[in-house]
Amino acid sequence: MSIFTSIGRYMILMSHIFSRPENGRMYYKEVMRQMNAIGVGSIPIVALISFFIGAVTAVQTAFQFVGSFIPPYYVGYVVRDTMLLELSSTITCLVLAGKVGSNLASELGTMRITEQIDALEIMGINTGSFLIGPKVIAAVVTIPLLVVLSAALGILGGYMAVATSNTIKVSEYLRGLHAFFDPYYVTIMLIKALVFGFLLTSISSFYGYYVEGGAYELGKSSTRAVVISSVAILLADYVLAFLLT
Amino acid sequence: MIKLDNVRKSFDGEEVLHGIDATFEAGKCNLVIGKSGSGKTVLVKCIVGLFKVSAGHIYYNDTDITRASKKEMRSLRQEIGMLFQGGALFDSKTVEENVRFPLDMFTNRSEKEKRMRVDEVLERVNLQGQNLKMPSEISGGMKKRVGIARAIVMNPKYLFCDEPNSGLDPQTSLVIDHLIYEITKEYNITTVVNTHDMNSVMEIGENIIFLHEGCVEWSGNHENVLTSDNRLLEDFIFASSFLKRAKEALVQDK
Repeated sequence: MSIFTSIGRYMILMSHIFSRPENGRMYYKEVMRQMNAIGVGSIPIVALISFFIGAVTAVQTAFQFVGSFIPPYYVGYVVRDTMLLELSSTITCLVLAGKVGSNLASELGTMRITEQIDALEIMGINTGSFLIGPKVIAAVVTIPLLVVLSAALGILGGYMAVATSNTIKVSEYLRGLHAFFDPYYVTIMLIKALVFGFLLTSISSFYGYYVEGGAYELGKSSTRAVVISSVAILLADYVLAFLLT
Repeated sequence: MIKLDNVRKSFDGEEVLHGIDATFEAGKCNLVIGKSGSGKTVLVKCIVGLFKVSAGHIYYNDTDITRASKKEMRSLRQEIGMLFQGGALFDSKTVEENVRFPLDMFTNRSEKEKRMRVDEVLERVNLQGQNLKMPSEISGGMKKRVGIARAIVMNPKYLFCDEPNSGLDPQTSLVIDHLIYEITKEYNITTVVNTHDMNSVMEIGENIIFLHEGCVEWSGNHENVLTSDNRLLEDFIFASSFLKRAKEALVQDK
């Protein structure tokens, strides 16, 4: 399939997922189920990664700054802003592209191969809307929340690293967290999380939904879903950096 | 009743169905038989609207689905039940949730009414008491029966079965065949069964079309099969020497 055919099919699928659902109550239940799977189910991995990224950023920054002319409280400032502007949204979504993306592609791909999607279509259900819509909605709601959690835990990780080492004083780190704060950075973080959440779920669902063949093709499609979602997130990150700053 | 008028289907310029004409009557088990690759599954998928035909017309009573609007198609689909080759059960749902899924999606019945209807159809396919099992916990034959229960829960006018006996032992196949036959008679459904199981042909084949390379090569019923002199049909049905001998014995008896 050429890249233009893929983009065309992706656009057509996106137009279907936002059409009116057949049964609002079932759709709502499915959205809640997906929120639990995508959002709640990803808390442990996001928490673990964010905490250590914050801690490592604090240690590395302190190593660079201590002994230089840069004030030590800048460590807290750097940890906060890198978490808000880049690491929490981008790293979290890249991790989720692997975890959630492969899961969505495999789930939908298996449904396609085992004719479960055909069974839904025979019943007269818009499968794009019923199967993919709730996943996308759940992602654009829960991923920004996960990213907020990630930023908070990253900053906490930095705090713990500073508190348990002899690099800089904790009071300096806390002072840095309060220095030069621009609330717009939080807006940037949330916009990025929303866009990345949409991209990773819609692209992964697309690759799962259109699987043809058997287990071999399903594996390939799942890998492709993760790779293409990750590339899309990085490209979108670059574009958003230009647009929002 | 379903009527096919000069149905053609091509994939990437290659025609796989070459002008199929057929009539599937209500209250009868209509069989589509043929070798693998003869176009049976494509034909059934065209009839249920999963594939768009390249040319020709498909009439469900008076409605031509090749010209039907999306709205007409959606309401017609609620009159269609389909049993898939592998059952196509939703593996994250229990037997009961699978069967009640169409009721949840398309009806406003109360919980009690839905539960009663689910129990009724599960009992009809001899699966009472299996409500809470997951598809992974039941056998292949039971999966087919759950598939049948889900297909008939909305009282469909049309039932399609894609190779209902594939992967089943002869005894279980017979149970599934009889179930399909009885349900067809009970609810006066237009049933279309796509199969290459010879037992099914002889057991429930009231109206049979034999496809060969995308064309209708022969049509008739299970009794005509025995007396047909169509070479291709004979080669297909009586492929094994055992069946050839059985046919000769049957013809001699008559």
